[in-house]
Amino acid sequence: MDAIFLQILNGLDKGGAYALIALGLTLVFGTLGVVNFAHGALFMMGAFCVVTLQKVLTIAKRVKDPSVTFFDAYKEQPYLEIWFGDTGRAIIDYVVPISILLAIPIMLIVGVAMERGLIRYFYKRAHADQILVTFGLAIVLQEIIKSFFGANPIPVSAPHVVAGSAAIGSLVGLGDAVVYPWWRLIYLLFSGVVIFGVFAFLQYTTYGMVVRAGMADRETVGLLGINIQRRFTIVFGLATVVAGLAGVMYTPVLPPDYHMGMEFLVLSFVVVVVGGMGSLGGAVTAGFLLGVLQSFSSMTEVKAIIPGIDQIIIYLVAVVILLVRPRGLMGRKGVMES
Amino acid sequence: MTAKIILDVDDVQMRFGGLMALSDVNLQIEEGKTHAIIGPNGAGKSTLLNVCVGRLQPSRGTVMFEGEILTGKTPYEINQVGVARVFQTPEIFPELNLLENVMVPALAKRDGSFKFNAFRNVMREADIRDEAEHVLEDLGLQEQRTHIAGSLSRGDKRRLELAMCLVQHPRLLLLDEPTAGMSRADTNRTIEILKRIKERGMTKVIIEHDMHVVFSLADKISVLAQGKIIAEGAPDDVRGNPKVQEAYLGGAHL
Amino acid sequence: MSVSPSPKKELATIAIFTVAVLAMPIWLAPIGAAYPDLLQKFAIFGIFAIGFNILFGLTGYLSFGHAAFLGVGSYTAVWSFKLLTMNVLPAVIFGTVLAGLFAVLIGYVSLRRSGIYFSILTLAFAQMSYNLAYSVLTPITNGETGLQLTQQDPRIIDSMFVEAGAGLPSTTLFGLKMSGYPGFYFCAVVLIIGFWISLKIFNSPFGMKLKAIKSNQTRMGYTGFNTRPYLLVAFVISGMYAGLAGSLMAATDPLAGAERMQWTASGEVVLMTILGGVGTLIGPLLGAGVIKYFENIFSSYNENVLHQIFAALPDPLEDAVVAVTSLFVGEGWHLTLGTLFMVIVIFLPGGIVEGARRLKSLVLRPTVRKYGFKTDQPTTRS
Repeated sequence: MDAIFLQILNGLDKGGAYALIALGLTLVFGTLGVVNFAHGALFMMGAFCVVTLQKVLTIAKRVKDPSVTFFDAYKEQPYLEIWFGDTGRAIIDYVVPISILLAIPIMLIVGVAMERGLIRYFYKRAHADQILVTFGLAIVLQEIIKSFFGANPIPVSAPHVVAGSAAIGSLVGLGDAVVYPWWRLIYLLFSGVVIFGVFAFLQYTTYGMVVRAGMADRETVGLLGINIQRRFTIVFGLATVVAGLAGVMYTPVLPPDYHMGMEFLVLSFVVVVVGGMGSLGGAVTAGFLLGVLQSFSSMTEVKAIIPGIDQIIIYLVAVVILLVRPRGLMGRKGVMES
Repeated sequence: MTAKIILDVDDVQMRFGGLMALSDVNLQIEEGKTHAIIGPNGAGKSTLLNVCVGRLQPSRGTVMFEGEILTGKTPYEINQVGVARVFQTPEIFPELNLLENVMVPALAKRDGSFKFNAFRNVMREADIRDEAEHVLEDLGLQEQRTHIAGSLSRGDKRRLELAMCLVQHPRLLLLDEPTAGMSRADTNRTIEILKRIKERGMTKVIIEHDMHVVFSLADKISVLAQGKIIAEGAPDDVRGNPKVQEAYLGGAHL
Repeated sequence: MSVSPSPKKELATIAIFTVAVLAMPIWLAPIGAAYPDLLQKFAIFGIFAIGFNILFGLTGYLSFGHAAFLGVGSYTAVWSFKLLTMNVLPAVIFGTVLAGLFAVLIGYVSLRRSGIYFSILTLAFAQMSYNLAYSVLTPITNGETGLQLTQQDPRIIDSMFVEAGAGLPSTTLFGLKMSGYPGFYFCAVVLIIGFWISLKIFNSPFGMKLKAIKSNQTRMGYTGFNTRPYLLVAFVISGMYAGLAGSLMAATDPLAGAERMQWTASGEVVLMTILGGVGTLIGPLLGAGVIKYFENIFSSYNENVLHQIFAALPDPLEDAVVAVTSLFVGEGWHLTLGTLFMVIVIFLPGGIVEGARRLKSLVLRPTVRKYGFKTDQPTTRS
């Protein structure tokens, strides 16, 4: 029972990342009709916003180490700490949440630039061309990151207060032995909030209404005289920001490296397909669902029965879904069908 | 009535959710005749053709072609028994040239639904080629035979599609508004072509809005309105039928 | 697409091609590409790309999982070396056949969908194979280390004829060692056969029907063709080419690793095909050659070399130029590749072959034409 509960939690936070990326993919696909293979690279860029900020904040000066008294010892001390003392130290400690403030404008700019500079020329091109050009872009983005930050994963830590684990076992009546990292709980909560935010935006604002209408019938909305073009740019920016934030918050869970985006992209695409191309609800549901499924299949008990199942479960589910229910769990009729 | 029935649509019903597109349609097409189906927009004419060629499966009822049940068959199986169709918006191979466009259906007629003939040069398929050239010439497209089909005018695309169907010598040809959007000259030309085919004894079902075309070609007319056949008969009978005039244009003259 | 060339012209094409391929060590010498390792790569990736083009170029189905077949071919060939004989012929045959069987399986399932769904299905299958090769299939694939020859391998057939030597044996073709130039010529002969088959398919009724499927699949149905077996055959043939390429990789260098199955490897063959010209006969081959050639040159460059190249520039400018260009060479070769990918898709969707055609028409009829983003590409059905 404890183990199952933990596996569900485990799956949900990974599922949160899938859901956030898949949400953006679906949004872009549903409104702009573009298959964006560079979306995973945006997730990765979000993560590297944290790395960049961490590097900047910890620019250090060599100072004498006062704790060593026998001889002159030196240590690196960040300027922030020298200038602001404990406040500076706290800022460095909270680098991940602070990065959110940095990532939102950066990702927005990246997204708008990408849509204006490249994507919009591909609205009317074949899906194969869209896949190819964004695949190329993804390679370019990840190679640029690699040339700046190297190929190795760069560890980032969560703020000290939430670095430990929460004794959630006692909270839900499962005994003290059940503990779970605080940060992962926060990530789960965070993805929930972002997803809720995006849905609320689409549901309750006129802006969102137009976007949803655009997803249902692009041509008609265009004919209504609404400047659909500008809204598309914003939607693309929004998707970019969501992917970026997913990346920012994921850094303490998985040390970012330059090709993390590709891995998440492939999985997120599978998530989108399982959820149903063009269905936002489907993307989110499938994200969490597949996260949990993956986490269950990596239990030793399961692997003992079907070896290797944890490696392929997501793809296997996707294949089965595509064959028995081509539109995915919640796909609408007529999306991407000839 | 001794003529042989080639296509028999029996009690066909087609429902899209709450909408009844076809309700209990019965239709008999006689061999060698040209049968026109007319009716206002949204009457279910194209749906009826779609049911006949296997694009849609009817909710109820069957379609028989020369004693063989077509319902439940796929489009390619239906083509292979001898039913060809011209679409409302021309379905051609835009990236291939005209000759290739016509050779492909000719190959379908000869090779069946699948044949792995990957080691024979197309140029050696002299009979297929001759046949394709012959049909192109028949329809006046010979000059453009090396042009890419996508570059043709709309009217020429329709004629090409007709050529693609004719090269298969179908026993039954279904035409969905073959002259829509054509100039008067092109329309007359198409009428001439269709008349010539008729002389060869090919059975045709034709959906058309242009009454000039209908009355030049049809031996028999069925009027479809709101998914039902409301009148049927020889052109002159239908022309004078008040029910038809009412359904159409609210009583305007045909 | 014009009417296919006559059988006579076909013969001439294959004759010219044969001469050109066999003479590669001569005419590639001036650009420094005439050494066996690189020539082998040209031939092997050429085969891979030619095969990929039979699927993507003729039917328009974009597979993102062809690297899986490459991997299967490699593993099979190495196992043939380990268990049976160091002779490359059975290895290549087994590799191709097994990859073909594998392609029947994956193709049968994936081809139930078209468009981007097909791409994602093939991607999913390739990722599954890759993940499995790294995990539970370790007894077959030797996991991360990769599958290699060992002293203890049984080599049943070989051991009947000769005593095992002291070191690891090398791959042979009936005694002829498959390293260096003999290795290249073996690959070259296979390439010529592969090209010939592809040429035959392109000019056959079968090929014409595949092109028609790409052009308008709906019409194909109403024309009386059952498109699925056509697609499956094309898929299996192209899978077998990939398996053949994979087994040749193992034949020239007897090891196999799972990274050959990764989806970036699938992406590479897509790029080769696009770069050269999708749906053209010779394009994919050109694409493979260009990419492998520049990969070879670019990845050997480093900052020192660049400083030498730009030494003529004034110092500050030299530093700046070197700083920028060094991003694209050496380790950064993939950046060049990615950029190239984008540039081709954006500006020249027809690839090198299309570029050459435009250049030719520009020279013959010097009219000013503008090429930009909005090329008149017909949007394909999905």
